[in-house]
Amino acid sequence: MMAQPDGGRFHLDLDAEIPATGISCVFGSSGSGKTTLLRCLAGLDRPQSARIELGDEIWQDDSRFVPTHLRRIGYVFQDSSLLPHLSARRNLQYGRDSHTGGDDADIADAVALLGIGQLLDKHPRQLSGGERQRVALARALLSKPRLLLLDEPLSALDVARKQELLPYLQRLPEELDCPIVYVTHSPDEVARLADHVLVLDEGECVARGSVTELMASRRIPVNAAGESGVVLETNIAGHDPEWNLAEARFADGVMLIPDPGVATGGLVRLRILARDISLSHAVEAHSSILNRLPATVERIEDSPDTAMCMVHLRIGENTRLLSRVSRKSARRLELAPGSPIYAEIKSVAILQ
Amino acid sequence: MMLSPENLQAIWLTLRLATTATALLLLIGTPLAWWLARTHSWLRGPIAAIVALPLVLPPTVLGFYLLLAFAPAGPIGQLTGALGLGSLAFTFEGLVIGSILFSLPFVVQPIQNSFHAMGDGPLEVAATFGAGPWRRFFTVAIPLARPGIISGSILGFAHTVGEFGVVLMIGGNIPGETRVVSVQIYEQVEALQFGQAHWLAGTMVVFSFLVLLVVYGSLGRRAIPGMRYGS
Repeated sequence: MMAQPDGGRFHLDLDAEIPATGISCVFGSSGSGKTTLLRCLAGLDRPQSARIELGDEIWQDDSRFVPTHLRRIGYVFQDSSLLPHLSARRNLQYGRDSHTGGDDADIADAVALLGIGQLLDKHPRQLSGGERQRVALARALLSKPRLLLLDEPLSALDVARKQELLPYLQRLPEELDCPIVYVTHSPDEVARLADHVLVLDEGECVARGSVTELMASRRIPVNAAGESGVVLETNIAGHDPEWNLAEARFADGVMLIPDPGVATGGLVRLRILARDISLSHAVEAHSSILNRLPATVERIEDSPDTAMCMVHLRIGENTRLLSRVSRKSARRLELAPGSPIYAEIKSVAILQ
Repeated sequence: MMLSPENLQAIWLTLRLATTATALLLLIGTPLAWWLARTHSWLRGPIAAIVALPLVLPPTVLGFYLLLAFAPAGPIGQLTGALGLGSLAFTFEGLVIGSILFSLPFVVQPIQNSFHAMGDGPLEVAATFGAGPWRRFFTVAIPLARPGIISGSILGFAHTVGEFGVVLMIGGNIPGETRVVSVQIYEQVEALQFGQAHWLAGTMVVFSFLVLLVVYGSLGRRAIPGMRYGS
């Protein structure tokens, strides 16, 4: 897919392939062009010059333009992804005679999946923001889309409603066998949802890759320094029922985490914030820290104007961690690229 | 019976004229309002100005040009002559055409405002639901513009009932064909038949009041574009 200047109004210049499965997060600040990208994919905006393909089907090139209603997409907008004059049920049924509406069995499934049975006879204006987005997700699932586009579906919700909706979003790849493009400016949503990430800045793709790579390399800029951290994909290798702990194995080591209730062999995504990793030279025998991993310092992000610095660590070959410590501590530990060190992990967040 | 047969005939003719004109105005005005609300064409300005002309022009000006156009040598007269219909001047059909032109802005503008107010959002949502342009127009745009369509219909109907100048210019004063209520009252006053004029004028006041009472009463506090004054 490649889009070029659109009517001189906005500049979007990128050439990217989006994987056929899993959630691809498009990350960027406001004005970076991520919503425009989504609208071009949907055919809601028509860039002057672009080539957009889905599988082996061409949606737009110099001579062709497939209009939105023939693209068979699901689109969840920031707010108001429903027709305001129809009840939730009629929204789900809308277009059932064309290719997009669900039959009654499909509707029953989607209603159960998203827990919206009580809401079906209400109109969108009678629903809360979170309820509206759940109905919108159900509608998107029902249309059996060939491409699902989500434009910051959580941005209009408060923290509690976000937490309520996230599990439904995490389940999307199991329910849909199509590419899912999720636009967001929230690093937390990227950490929780993304399988692949595309970072946009001023209409250009500045980084792309897996979420674990991009989080560790800090290519996903984080507003609050305290929120920097890495994402690790782990497998549950065993359980310790006595202490309600589980062993989470990643490429280059094992950690003990609170038992997430996942069977052995199951996948668990962990997020470790930089502020939750402290550094030491000796193996301290008497300490409350459960996870102490041998690591190597890769580099130190340092600025003389601040008290803290960011230490990039490597464990084994492929695992990267971030640690945020005071500049004074870094000096006292004599940290330098290549130094061996122990990373003491104070806490991990289980994302899924 | 307090209303003379002539007066009843005038009332019936007026209602027939207003109903016919309103129905045709909705058929013409709704697509026109849609086009005006959505187009980016340079023609939008000129067409919008032409639609709004009857708001500023004296009805006699419109009537005068229509009379010229309906004349056998005029553009519309030649067309109707070639079709074997004869001139439209001094006919009911001529009045319908005059009323449509005269009341067009009163129907188009509220509907256009409604189309404008709904924005692109619902139409884009419908497109992602798989609805093509026609389906979007009939299942999304029209239902959402209902307040504007209702107020456009009421204004168009009321304005046609109240029309006088255009009727006098192109319709004359033919009982049962072009003598509407407003012209009938004028005739009766000219002939010093104040008693008959009273009954007809009074009926008009009561009728208009009842219509507006129903409109404002049933709509309650819901805002209707173009019908805000007095509510």
